[in-house]
Amino acid sequence: MTAEATAPQASMAAERPKMANPKIMVEATINGVAETFVCEPRQTLLEVLREQLGLTGTKEGCGNGNCGACCVLLDGRPVNSCLVLAVEADGRDIVTIEGLDRDGVHPLQQAFLEHGALQCGICTPGFLMSAKALLDANPRPTEHEVRRWLAGNLCRCTGYDKIIRAVLDAAQRLAAGAADGQAARHAHGQPGGQPATEVGLA
Amino acid sequence: MSTATTPDVKGTPLPAGTSYRVLGTRPVRHDGMEKVTGRARFGADVHLPGMLYGQVVRSPYPHARIKKIDTSRARAHPGVRAVITGADFPALDSDAVKDLGEGAIELRYASQLIMARDKVVFQGQPVAAVAAVSLQAAREAARLVEVEYEPLPVVQEALAAMEPGAPLIHDDLYTVVPGGAKAQRPSNVAKHVQHERGDVEAGFAAADVVVEREFRTAMVHQGYIEPQNAAASWEPDGRLTVWTSTQGHFSVREQLADLLQMPVGRIKVMPMEVGGGFGGKVQVYLEPVAALLSRQAGRPVKMWMSRAEVFTGTGPASGTYIRCKMGATKDGRIVAAQLYMVYDAGAFPGSPVGAGAVTGLSPYRIPNLRVDGFDVVTNKPRVQSYRAPGAPQAAFAVETVIDELAEALGMDPVELRLRNAAAEGDRLVHGVPFTRIGFREVLAAVRDHPHYRAPLPDGDGTVAYGRGVAAGLWIGGSGTSTVHLTFNPDGTVNLIAGSPDLSGSRVSLAMIVAEELGLDPHDVRPTIADTDTVGHNDVTGGSRVTYATGTACWRAAQDAIAQLKPRAAQLLEADAGAIEFGGGEFWVRDAPDRRIGIKQVMAQLKKTGGPIVARGVVNRLKSAPAFGAHIVDVRVDLETGKVDIVRYTAVQDAGKAIHPSAVEGQMQGGATQGIGWALFEEYVFDQGLMRNPTFLDYRLPTALDVPMIDTVIVEVPASDGPYGVRGVGEVPIVPPVAAIANAVYRATGVRIRELPITPERVWRALAAAGGPSQAG
Repeated sequence: MTAEATAPQASMAAERPKMANPKIMVEATINGVAETFVCEPRQTLLEVLREQLGLTGTKEGCGNGNCGACCVLLDGRPVNSCLVLAVEADGRDIVTIEGLDRDGVHPLQQAFLEHGALQCGICTPGFLMSAKALLDANPRPTEHEVRRWLAGNLCRCTGYDKIIRAVLDAAQRLAAGAADGQAARHAHGQPGGQPATEVGLA
Repeated sequence: MSTATTPDVKGTPLPAGTSYRVLGTRPVRHDGMEKVTGRARFGADVHLPGMLYGQVVRSPYPHARIKKIDTSRARAHPGVRAVITGADFPALDSDAVKDLGEGAIELRYASQLIMARDKVVFQGQPVAAVAAVSLQAAREAARLVEVEYEPLPVVQEALAAMEPGAPLIHDDLYTVVPGGAKAQRPSNVAKHVQHERGDVEAGFAAADVVVEREFRTAMVHQGYIEPQNAAASWEPDGRLTVWTSTQGHFSVREQLADLLQMPVGRIKVMPMEVGGGFGGKVQVYLEPVAALLSRQAGRPVKMWMSRAEVFTGTGPASGTYIRCKMGATKDGRIVAAQLYMVYDAGAFPGSPVGAGAVTGLSPYRIPNLRVDGFDVVTNKPRVQSYRAPGAPQAAFAVETVIDELAEALGMDPVELRLRNAAAEGDRLVHGVPFTRIGFREVLAAVRDHPHYRAPLPDGDGTVAYGRGVAAGLWIGGSGTSTVHLTFNPDGTVNLIAGSPDLSGSRVSLAMIVAEELGLDPHDVRPTIADTDTVGHNDVTGGSRVTYATGTACWRAAQDAIAQLKPRAAQLLEADAGAIEFGGGEFWVRDAPDRRIGIKQVMAQLKKTGGPIVARGVVNRLKSAPAFGAHIVDVRVDLETGKVDIVRYTAVQDAGKAIHPSAVEGQMQGGATQGIGWALFEEYVFDQGLMRNPTFLDYRLPTALDVPMIDTVIVEVPASDGPYGVRGVGEVPIVPPVAAIANAVYRATGVRIRELPITPERVWRALAAAGGPSQAG
């Protein structure tokens, strides 16, 4: 898919050698909204999201695909946006942390808050997007499956314990919500094996 | 009518059997929603009108003379608006030592660290910087800066750097010897620290068992996921505003004032959210560079580092060589100990050998000891603090040797530690007596924990299981903190603090105010204010925020109550001296049914005399040392040497856990960093060049590498500070390395004394010990 997306631009650059930085128009759906932007072929999706589109919730931790802080969903699949060229987004559907739950607070977000599954918070958006993709693909993962799926996301603060618990808890809430046929986000289950949150966020 | 008072904190926790209303609960943190929705603004998220992008040009050589820098091609590149080199910075040759709040550096070296002048002393040292209208143009222009270098001999290893005849990295560096004098001839040894007690030779002579071993630890990085960043705007009137992710914006302001030679009053530093620091985000790197680029361009400049720049251009933790000798009598008393410690400072002096020299042996009552520590420069990145700076390396040596002593004596290793554990009044290695500490309580909790006695799985000849324990100490920081409280008519309180929040400390601070004022934690809204808006605050480091800034919050709450009492008196039509306060209500002492809630008093401040500002200031508290001890089970693959952590329990004295979930998080995170330090992480150098500056080749622990980390919080109240609270952030990284090494030994019978404990090292050690036949 990289070749398909980049080949036309490469030939464009060849046809117009005097234009130092030819720009490409890209149309994509971002967080459910049709967006058009202009970028250079060499710009990453991460750079365009952050520096051009103001979607700074997606974070740069390493720039070479090793930390997962820039994880977004591209046509529903989790990708490191630092390894995707912005032009590759043409005609595609992108979901960033800002669009994780466009109606409110996703059960994953709620579980992260209640379990204290974040400390500094820089890796959190990437974890949430990866975890969203996991629960979309596998609504009832085991602890090992969560660990395996999230192994591409580095967290340096938490030691992962509370993150794993939060994802498992969110999976339970989502499943319960699905079973009840109602929105799980309003459920307030007890985090596994720990005291319940005593003060909710106003 | 009301006077602002600052009552003293006696640190008296509640009597046993009573409980707090807010402390010990787990409210959702105030900044949580911003952080799970991507709205929180970290330094790199800043976007300013007319903003340019900056890029640093870095030395590819670890040691070289700079013969010439030609910036003409970079200046001519389309879109470039500024180019600077070392010549644009004030020339500083002061050997005044700049205390950063966590770590210290001489001014002349700080200046070279941010931009080289005549020579470079580590790979990645900045030599120039550019600013351009786009990120791409800035990167292109950076490649067009032409620097001519004359390579010099590279000094890579600290032990080699100490040799007489080793090439000198700085010809103006003279060893500071014990007592403070400076040596006559320049050297790569910046400092020799020494501590002595009793007669160490006589002590060893009296010992029944003596163990002496050598340990080596690799240089490792804090590994915060957010790279360093800075945005700067130099205003036409000469004022400078800087946005940055830092552990201490007041320290950044002071460093900028020194490095740029301008008054602090002209600098405003905006503390952005911080994506991890662990000690590594105190020293400035990009801030002064962005400032001078902005001054030259007349536009704001934003910059951030790539991960490779973070690895090579910022400050990791010291690699070390430590020789540890300890002697004990048959009855399990440690009678003598000696440490010889070499800490690699990297390119400029300033390793944490001082802290390592104190923390290593202080947990134990040892009548005879001697510690010699050396701060040594090499052509590597200049180190910075990393969580309990200097302590994990020392603990690796001491806690491994204690394990060996226990084995030689036929004693349980926890029992041996308990028999020698320090208590209140015992002196640390540097002579300062311990205030109240909970080391024995922590060790007892380990001894009594089900994990410590649980049976291990049987090995099957291809894998083996083992359990290790180790302890660790952090002395604790205090420093200076200021907070203000203002009051809203709806009964909410603004808590204006200046301690950057790296891990959720806002909620702990708000909980202290809420506890004292009888409010809900979410009635208290914490803000981390910029340097123009709140009084001075030292850096977030040394486990000091909940302890010292928490004390400032406690004091501010008392000040608020004192100021609100006369207002309540007006509303209750009573004498101010007759008003009592408790549980969020004021009442008249002799007529307790005449009472009014604090929120109602807040609602009527306007008509009772106007707004109130309460304040709390802490200048210095006694340190509140904190101890931890960890139990770890490992599985070792005897064919490959790979070590897996299969069970982990961390025990720690928190004094009083304000927000238990936050304390658990610190313990789990610190333990996991320790696991990385023990098993995976190391800078790999070849002739001073780092060969693995990516997270692919420098491997942090992932979710697959660690189990759930069980936590046990012990609460032995500290002598000072509110509720007996102690700092908790540093301690949990101290025990893991030794605990894991001890577990590997129990599993395999081989001692690994060099970090990291890679499969190769284990495999070679097994082969040397006549292990599995395929080895060797």
